[in-house]
Amino acid sequence: MDITFYIAAAVAILSTIMVITRLNAVHALLYLIVSLLAVAVIFYVLGAPFIAALEVIIYAGAIMVLFIFVVMMLNLGDKSVQQEKQWLSAGAWVGPAILSLILLGEFLYVMLAGSGQPVEGVVVSPQKVGVSLFSTYLLGVELSAMLLLAGIIGAYHLGRRKKPVYHRFLQEEGGK
Amino acid sequence: MIHISMETGLILAGILFSLGLLGVLVRRNVIFVLMSIEIMLNAAGLAFVVAGARWGQADGQVMFIFILTMAAAEVSVGLALILQIYHHFKTLDSDAASKMKG
Repeated sequence: MDITFYIAAAVAILSTIMVITRLNAVHALLYLIVSLLAVAVIFYVLGAPFIAALEVIIYAGAIMVLFIFVVMMLNLGDKSVQQEKQWLSAGAWVGPAILSLILLGEFLYVMLAGSGQPVEGVVVSPQKVGVSLFSTYLLGVELSAMLLLAGIIGAYHLGRRKKPVYHRFLQEEGGK
Repeated sequence: MIHISMETGLILAGILFSLGLLGVLVRRNVIFVLMSIEIMLNAAGLAFVVAGARWGQADGQVMFIFILTMAAAEVSVGLALILQIYHHFKTLDSDAASKMKG
């Protein structure tokens, strides 16, 4: 089972690299779905089957479908690919890449100095997760309900297409 | 079942997170920035699940569910904002919307 983890990790890293380097938004989205599915495999191997299912259904399913619909509505064509090519010059990569590599190097240094605590991969059943969710973390569930309500209202308010409002006399003059 | 160390899983989460950070810093297209933010949130969730699996407790998975909820709310609002930006400026360049009023 160890090899499953490493293969899925390699797929996740490679497809994430592809996501941030693609010029076409749809290609990047498809690679992002591959990356999320690889992370779902890692969750399953780590003994979290419920979370793996949620990752596939909600992340790779619902959220990515939302992205794809928006990309379809924006109707990006070859023009945007050309613009991306223009924006993503080699020089644009140098500074951010160095900075995040420094941060990653520090993180690796801290982690590799650790004591190597083993992960046994004991399966935590969905029942245990549900009991914990609705007893210890009940307040969090209620707060996330409020967050989702705010998200719905915010998305509706922002997504509404505003009609152009003219003053009625000005509109009459415009009509003439 | 598997015998990896907790640090291996956390290092994977760190690599994914810094790739997402690199995407946020490099890309100018707003859609790609939002996608990179998704990568970062997912990496944070992976770190929670790995740490939860170390002790065989459900808390890490509960935290992942909260992160999932937050990501869904954030994406819906963010995509609505992207549509508004596109209708307003006719471009997805994040520099086009750098002025507060205009």
